[in-house]
Amino acid sequence: MATAVQTVERETYLNNGYGLKSWLLTKDHKRIAILYLISITGMFFVGGFFAMLIRLELLTPAGDLVSSDTYNKLFTMHGISMIFFFLIPSVPAVLGNFCIPLMVGAKDLAFPRLNLATWYIFNIGAAFALVSMIWGGVDTGWTFYTPFSTTYSNTHVVGTALGVFIAGFASIFTGLNFIVTIHRMRAPGMTWTRLPLFCWSNYAASIIMVLGTPVIAITILLVALERLLHIGVFNPALGGDPLLFQHLFWFYSHPAVYIMILPGMGVISEIVTCFARKRVFGYEFVALASIAIAVLGFLVWAHHMFVAGISVYAALVFSLLSYLVAIPSAVKIFNWTATLYKGSIRYDTPMLYAFGFIGLFTIGGLTGVFLASLGVDVHVTDTYFVVAHFHYVMVGGMVLAYMAGLHFWWPKITGKMYPEGWAKLSALFVFVGFNLTFFPQFILGYMGMPRRYHAYPPEFQVLNVLSTAGASVLAVGYVLPMIYFMWSLRYGEDAGPNPWNAVGLEWMTPSPPPTHNFDETPVVTWEAYDYEHQPEQEVPVGH
Amino acid sequence: MATSDIEIAEHALQHHFASMDQQRETATFGMWLFLVTEIMFFGGLFCAYLVYRATYYEAFVEGSQTMNIWLGATNTAVLICSSLTMALGVRCAQTDKRKMMIVLLIITMLFGLAFLGIKAVEYHEHWTNHQFPGSNFQFPEAEAAGVNPQNVQIYFSLYWAMTGLHALHMVIGVALVAWIVIAGARGLYSADYYAPVENVGLYWHFVDLVWIYLFPLLYLISKKHGG
Amino acid sequence: MSSEEHRQHVIPASIYVGIWATLMFFTGLTVFVSFIELHNWNIVLALVIATIKATLVVLFFMHLYYSSKLTKVTVIAAVFFLFLLLALSMTDYLTRGWLTNPMH
Repeated sequence: MATAVQTVERETYLNNGYGLKSWLLTKDHKRIAILYLISITGMFFVGGFFAMLIRLELLTPAGDLVSSDTYNKLFTMHGISMIFFFLIPSVPAVLGNFCIPLMVGAKDLAFPRLNLATWYIFNIGAAFALVSMIWGGVDTGWTFYTPFSTTYSNTHVVGTALGVFIAGFASIFTGLNFIVTIHRMRAPGMTWTRLPLFCWSNYAASIIMVLGTPVIAITILLVALERLLHIGVFNPALGGDPLLFQHLFWFYSHPAVYIMILPGMGVISEIVTCFARKRVFGYEFVALASIAIAVLGFLVWAHHMFVAGISVYAALVFSLLSYLVAIPSAVKIFNWTATLYKGSIRYDTPMLYAFGFIGLFTIGGLTGVFLASLGVDVHVTDTYFVVAHFHYVMVGGMVLAYMAGLHFWWPKITGKMYPEGWAKLSALFVFVGFNLTFFPQFILGYMGMPRRYHAYPPEFQVLNVLSTAGASVLAVGYVLPMIYFMWSLRYGEDAGPNPWNAVGLEWMTPSPPPTHNFDETPVVTWEAYDYEHQPEQEVPVGH
Repeated sequence: MATSDIEIAEHALQHHFASMDQQRETATFGMWLFLVTEIMFFGGLFCAYLVYRATYYEAFVEGSQTMNIWLGATNTAVLICSSLTMALGVRCAQTDKRKMMIVLLIITMLFGLAFLGIKAVEYHEHWTNHQFPGSNFQFPEAEAAGVNPQNVQIYFSLYWAMTGLHALHMVIGVALVAWIVIAGARGLYSADYYAPVENVGLYWHFVDLVWIYLFPLLYLISKKHGG
Repeated sequence: MSSEEHRQHVIPASIYVGIWATLMFFTGLTVFVSFIELHNWNIVLALVIATIKATLVVLFFMHLYYSSKLTKVTVIAAVFFLFLLLALSMTDYLTRGWLTNPMH
């Protein structure tokens, strides 16, 4: 067995420069993706900590763990951490940042320094929010409804609002960067219809980021100004309308849920096609469905206000539009399922998460359609039915998609494989734990248990105990990957450029890729997901 | 030692772009997208204005009577002139007239500062007349006119928020123009590389655009009391 | 690869001055018209004039007339979505008084 006389370590983006400064001042989209991974994982566990306290409180019908004021703070801070500081950046800022330039055949995003700036902006926003939380918290609900947030709350509204305001700019500039990159930086031959669907999804999400986020930015700023300077347009004492706040808030916050889910759907498109070894069924429809979701998503926001006091006629209009927005999502589910039909399916961990997504997002999406119906909504609004609905789409959908993407691209990002056995076990914990946590909540909500209450009638206890038990199982499913991913960095098997035998420009670079991505600008001559012409090889990584 | 246009351009080419054309088109598209976000940012305020003007029209009329139309019109004219000098300045960058470009950009800055000065005069007047929302707000004319002074306070909240946000953007604009004046004086731009000048110009015109709407909406609501 | 090929369309200075003069005229017009009591038409006229001015600034000072289709679509999209915000919000405010509860 020959031994090499000298080993020249290949230049990768990871070893190209050591030291804190080379990371904190990097312009490389791949390093920035890792920086974001660290930040949002931290915020995920912050949000998870509040979730744990909520579920502990809800083990018993009496409000005995914390006071109702403290409970208000817990669900507020859980929502803010998870929505603004985890879900919205997760896939775009981590996987999008890493993969999009590779997928389009570019050396970097269009504006690399802006990209780094967004990470700092995000962290400054998170710092404002965290300091406010530690200093005593905020109790307005993540929705900051006026006039409670502007006039009556005695908690750190301004600090938190400013944190959300600042972090919003990270989202805006990330979206701007993605749109410009996808338009202007595609390699020769990479036409729009050859783009990976992950790019289409992030493009659609970026449209929402750019158009919607500024509206919540100005709205949150007005809340802060009203508290600080009494420049008030929401104060009822002056004739202000609390519903105006809600209109402006939900104009962004509804499309925001599509900012969250669209990139996740893009991940699922990539995974389903790779692990069924088939081109996505109806590629053009899936691509256009992403755009349709983005556009239609802007037309439905007042379905969050059906019982708030808007006019019935407006409610009718928004109800009808809300039914429409379900259609392109359903198109995607159908097309993924059709992709699986007669596919040559491999059940690796990313695919397991993708299966979970398809089933759980369908349940979450359908219950959303129930909520679009005015009659049903009047009955279940502000109950646990709504909580279950959005956790099914956000956790059962989005978090599973994020986990799927992390596992799928981990070998590319790090050059290492994670241990498949442990990964499958974690996926099982996540799936079982998730359903045990949130399915009982559909029943609780339908039976009338209100959301945001820390005490409830004793007849609801059994379901609440099941839910808390589920949350413990789910937590294990979140902690295990933290451990084995870190383990894999040191002890994982070397992955090679294309461990999944996938089609896509990112798989044609070494793992991890060099800083400049491609030695020569690729020229694309093949269609997207050209699995028919990709030779089936033995997957080189042992399980 | 004069550097040629091509040399200036090549020095400015960033590594991840294939050509100056790609870089320029990318930068300009990026600036337009940013202006899109600004349209939506101000848009939220315009939505609030629309809703409250429709609901409290008479109060808005009364509030706007305190606006000085001539100062507002002068400011509008000042901004339009500044847009002209800015556009001509960009044109000089395109045609390699570096000295003229710097002169025009400095005049643009001066117009911007004039706008801010006039605005400061107006703000001072409103402030001393207790026309800032909050516990010190006073609007004695309300009773005689038959409107609720609290609703007038909403008008003023929107006035201060909208013109304040606009003024903040003007300050940033003046700073941006100062930056390209300095860079231009150092010979960093040429007919082949003037994207920063053009993009700062886009930002400047946008700020002018917002004022074009703010002026009639805040100042010209109604003159039925004469003026 | 000569520098000439990469140079963009240069608009004559006279066009800029012409646009400037038009903008000044419309500013004067909008002030003049505001002194005339036209009831509901005052706001319509003011917004029409403002939009004419804005269009001139966007098309010529900001070069949109000479820009790519992508840029034009981008600007139109922004205006469209702002319009959505305003219009759909107003569907609530304009119709609030329509339904009276028959029980009262």
